[in-house]
Formats: sequence, structure tokens, C-alpha cells
Amino acid sequence: MLTNMVGAINNALDLILQENKNAVVMGEDVGKDGGVFRVTDGLFAKYGGERVIDTPLAESSIVGTAVGMAIGGMFPIAECQFAGFQLLAFSQIANHMARYRSRTRSAIELPMIVRTPVSGGVRTLEHHSDSPEALYAHIGGLIVVEPSNPYDAKGLMIKASHLRDPVIFLEPTKLYRLFKQEVPDGMYEVEIGKANVVREGDDLTIITWGTMVPVVKNAVEKKKTNAEILDLRTINPLDEQTILDSVKKTGRAMIVHEAPLSFGPGAEIAARIAEKAIFELDAPVLRVASGSFPYPFPGYENYYIPNEAKVSEAIDTILSE
Amino acid sequence: MKKRVFDGSIDYIQVMDENGNIDRELFPKDVDDQKIVQMYKLMSMARALDAKALSLQRQGRAVTYAPTLGQEGEMVGSALAMGKSDWFVPNFRQHPVFMVRGFPLDIGLLYWRGFEEGVLPKGFQATAVCVPVATQMPHAAGLAYAFKYRKTGASVVAYVGDGGTSEGDFYEALNFAGVMKAPMVAIIENNEWAISVPRSKQSAAQTLAQKAIAAGIAGVQVDGNDVIGVYKVVKDALANAQNGPTLIEVLTYRMSLHTTADDPTKYRDTQELAPWQARDPILRVRTYLTKNGLWDEAKEKEMAEGQLQAIDEAVEKAEQFKPDPGSMFRHVYSFMPQTLKDEFDAAVKSGYWQQPGSE
Repeated sequence: MLTNMVGAINNALDLILQENKNAVVMGEDVGKDGGVFRVTDGLFAKYGGERVIDTPLAESSIVGTAVGMAIGGMFPIAECQFAGFQLLAFSQIANHMARYRSRTRSAIELPMIVRTPVSGGVRTLEHHSDSPEALYAHIGGLIVVEPSNPYDAKGLMIKASHLRDPVIFLEPTKLYRLFKQEVPDGMYEVEIGKANVVREGDDLTIITWGTMVPVVKNAVEKKKTNAEILDLRTINPLDEQTILDSVKKTGRAMIVHEAPLSFGPGAEIAARIAEKAIFELDAPVLRVASGSFPYPFPGYENYYIPNEAKVSEAIDTILSE
Repeated sequence: MKKRVFDGSIDYIQVMDENGNIDRELFPKDVDDQKIVQMYKLMSMARALDAKALSLQRQGRAVTYAPTLGQEGEMVGSALAMGKSDWFVPNFRQHPVFMVRGFPLDIGLLYWRGFEEGVLPKGFQATAVCVPVATQMPHAAGLAYAFKYRKTGASVVAYVGDGGTSEGDFYEALNFAGVMKAPMVAIIENNEWAISVPRSKQSAAQTLAQKAIAAGIAGVQVDGNDVIGVYKVVKDALANAQNGPTLIEVLTYRMSLHTTADDPTKYRDTQELAPWQARDPILRVRTYLTKNGLWDEAKEKEMAEGQLQAIDEAVEKAEQFKPDPGSMFRHVYSFMPQTLKDEFDAAVKSGYWQQPGSE
């Protein structure tokens, strides 16, 4: 079927609810309204209010009750409506979701997914546009995925539903409806922890994910640079091998993400490249990211998010070294 | 126009008073003298275990420990009221509840020695000990929803302290359970103190049980040092749990420390303790049993010796435990990612595990 990311995730949730009778979708407005982005549209009508649950408006207990449901033998797929609101659930995510397995030495596992729309570029109000992947990846114990296209979104969601691990599923709102793609109708899995080589090349490696994938692709195509583009798809666990293999081949590494520069995921990736491939590099590692401050109001977001011009300049810089 | 749109009230229950007298009207039908003897023995065991754990900590053989002295009545009473298929959701002071529900003593002691291996054996019907205050409450509500959804017939008994009722997660959980009519019984262990902050500074509400009213669920207050009273209200709440949740406030007192990292003489008047000593949960049951010819010095001695022996055996077993640092890496995910495996291999290779800092 030809679908955008919203349709692909909706279809994945439908298939998961069909396959697993203990699976539920829960969150604010996910029922009759079908979610503020319509990601859960139609599921309430098909599965009813016991399985597509409009919860009270309280993020901490959306994640906290989902933890309890997972302990009780269910497979909850909880939605936090926006990345900023998800911080009210940070205690449940960091203190419980991430460490229940380790602190019980696997006596209790938490098979569950917490979905959240992330990143900006769609002119929303404050607190709707954060890119929090580093926050969740840093804790450990959480799988953090972020698809950049409909095919990966569906396959990663289905794969996540077959794991016995807690998954933070970040959905870039900018990409929800940006383009359509041919996606298989039935179940299929996209491997978690495996980066996608979007474009092969020899001149330099660009490591990116989420909203920055189309930005990087366009910049590279326009420049006719022979860059290798890696779409991480999974932030944690990191596909270090694919990154190192590519960097060793090209000798140049650039990381592009929408999250703020300082202490961002780019720092982690750059450090690993420095530790394991520094003598293969022809130029210093370069990071392209948003400013090191909280996400601005929508009137300023186009000055904040890295755009094609910024990526293009960075490509010139790294190739001139 | 003005009209009254809501009325609410909270009942207080006591079945056995501090002199061992029983309110026959409230006395639960399924409690007989044998059951009262069982309650007495379990409360005594909890107290003996508490003394031992405290002493191990003072000798450096356990990490920080949270004493249970004075709260044995509410814990034993509530634990005995649970049905076979029920689960409980503890905070960090529920070791007597674990004990009554059959948790192996030696495994429990491992937690206080500082090892994850002491948290939960697989299949035990409880969530893990929970240190961040009240964050366990949404788990209880979700677990109760799961039992309802899966039609298992089981209910969930959750514990939270008086300080915990100030947390958002406490109220969010009651609210969720109320809306979903989830089979949850939430017990507020009001022991008057949240470390150094008294109950009066946690809430202007006259009772903590009345917080149930805001969530639209049943609420009741009970003498927490009355093991039979607590047994009764928890049993009644569980009997009604399939229709919806109940909030129970048990009135008790933390006779000892918050944890071994704490010195209560700094913030509370020791004169507070005397009236609570008279209300001791074990003492009143002993008075009742002695008065009715069900207990004597010889029985006490025999019980105490048996309990100490069981505790000593558990301590010995727990102290034989050898930590396995590899377990830290193996239980992060259901699989070991390559990057984590690299860290694990490096740790094994370096040999620093062979020279741990101190223990």
C-alpha cells in the first residue's frame, strides 16, 4: 500500500492489536479522536475502549500504569502526546521502565512501547517540538528508535512489539505526512539496532536520523557530492559497526541531528569514532545540530533547525580539510 | 441558586483496642483464636527480623536499612487478608508483607546486603521494592487494570506512606483506578513521619483517607496497630475490589528510624513515643491471648527460639552469596547489544573485577 508515516504506524498498531490479544493502545485522545495527529484513527471503533484507552490527562501515570500493565501480562503501547509533555513521565521512564529488568535480574520484563511525536518544523506551540533522543538513550535499558520514513516506521513498530524490552518510539511530526511510500500490507520487521545505508558513497560519511534524513539527502543530491548517508533508525543500541565501517572507508565523518549540539547524540558518536577510527580520518569529525538552548517559539524555528544550506556549508568545510 | 451537590464522610474502624478488648459487632467472621495466634507469631517474627537486620547494618553486614518497628500490625493484617491470586505493590518498607506472602528470608536479606538478586524471585506475586516515593502507585493501578482486562479475578494491594500522598503519582493512580474501576486496594501507611516531616505538614486534610473522595472511590480509616481491624478492612475492600478501588488509611507510628541513615532525635520529641508504645500492635494481641489462656511464657520462649534459628539460618545463607558482576550486563535487555558486549568483554579482560573496591 502507498502510505505516509501516519498511515504506516496506524497500520502497524492495527496489526499488533490483531496479533496480540493482550496489546492495548493508550494515551490522551487516542480513542474516538484517533490521536491529535490521527495516528490511532479508527482503532477505537475496531477494538473498543478496553483496548484503545482514552486515559485521564496525566503523563506520569500513562507511562506508570503501562508499566503495571506490562507486569500484569499485557503489551501496552502508550502515547505521550508531545515530547515536552513526556517529561512529566520522565520519572516513570527513567526510574522504572528503563531499569525494571536489571533491578529484578529479569524476573520481571517490561514488553511495552511509549510512542511520542518529536522534533519541530511544523509551527506548533511551545513544548511540542523537542528532540529528546539523547535523554532516553543515556539512561540505558531503553531501546530508542526514530524512523525517518513510512516503511521503517511500520517495520520498527512491529519489531518492537515482538521484543521483551521497553521501547521509546520517537515519531518526527515533520515526517508524518511529508511523503508517501510503498509499504507491504502485512507484518514485517525492520531490525532494531541496525542503521540503514540510505546512499552509498566514498567521499564522506554523514550520520543522521529522523527529520534530518531528507534534509541531508537533498543537500547531498544538490551538491552532487559522493557522500555515504547512514540513517541510524535506532539511537540506542547504537549501530557502531556500520558507522565505523563507513568512516574507515570514506575517511570523513559528519553527524547531523536536530537535537541541540551540546551533549547531544552527536557527541557520543563522535567520541566513538575518535576512540576507534581516529587514525583513519582525513578531517576532524564535524557536527551539525541545532543551537545549544531550548527549542524556540515557532516564529524562530526556521532559524534554529539545521537546513540544507547549513548542511551544504558543512559538507564544503569537511571536504576542504 | 445554591444547593448541596456533594456530601462525604470517612469512617474509622477499630476491632481490638489497646487493652485487647474486641468489638464483637465488627469482628470478622473468618477470624478465630487460631488465626489470632498466627497473627501474633507473624508480627513477632517481623519484629525479630527487623531487630536482626538493624543489627547487621550496625555491624556493617548490611547497607542502609528501613526498620519496621511498630508497623507490624498493619503489614501482617493486610498481607493475611490477601487472596491466593492477589498481588501486592510495595514501597521500601514492606518486608513483613513479603515475609507473610512467603518470600524466602535469605533472598530478602540479599536486598539489604545491596544486591539486585534480592529483589524478586521469578513468579513471586509482587512488584519490586520501590524507593522513589509513590511512583509504585501507577504500577498498582495498571496491574489491577491488567487483571481486570485479562479476567484473572485477582486484585492488587498497594502501599504508600503518608508522605507519599503528597506526590502526584499517588493521586494519578487513584484517579486512573477510579475511572477504570480497577481492582486496587491502596493502603496509606500513615506512620506520622516522612523522614523528618510530620503528617501535619503533608496535608491540611483532616484525614488522608478522604483523598479517596476526590478520586470518587471508597475510603476508610483504621487503627493500624490493630491487626484484626486492618485485616477486616483490607478483606472487605478486596471483596469489593472487582467493583472498584478502595483507599485505606492505617493510623500507625514509625517507632524507629526512617532508615539507618537517619537520627530522629534531631527532629522529633521522644515523648511522642510513650502513647504509641501503649498502642503497640503486638502487645495488645498478647494481652488478649494471655487473658484467654491461649498463650504463656513457655510458648513465647519456644516461638522466639524457633524464629531466631530461622533468621540465623537465613542470614548464614544470604552471607554465602557471591556477587556475579557479569549479571549487571546480562540483564539490561533481553539480548546483549554489541556495544554493551564490548564493554562487558573489556571489563572481563581488565581484571578489575578481581579487585573490587570494598565490601
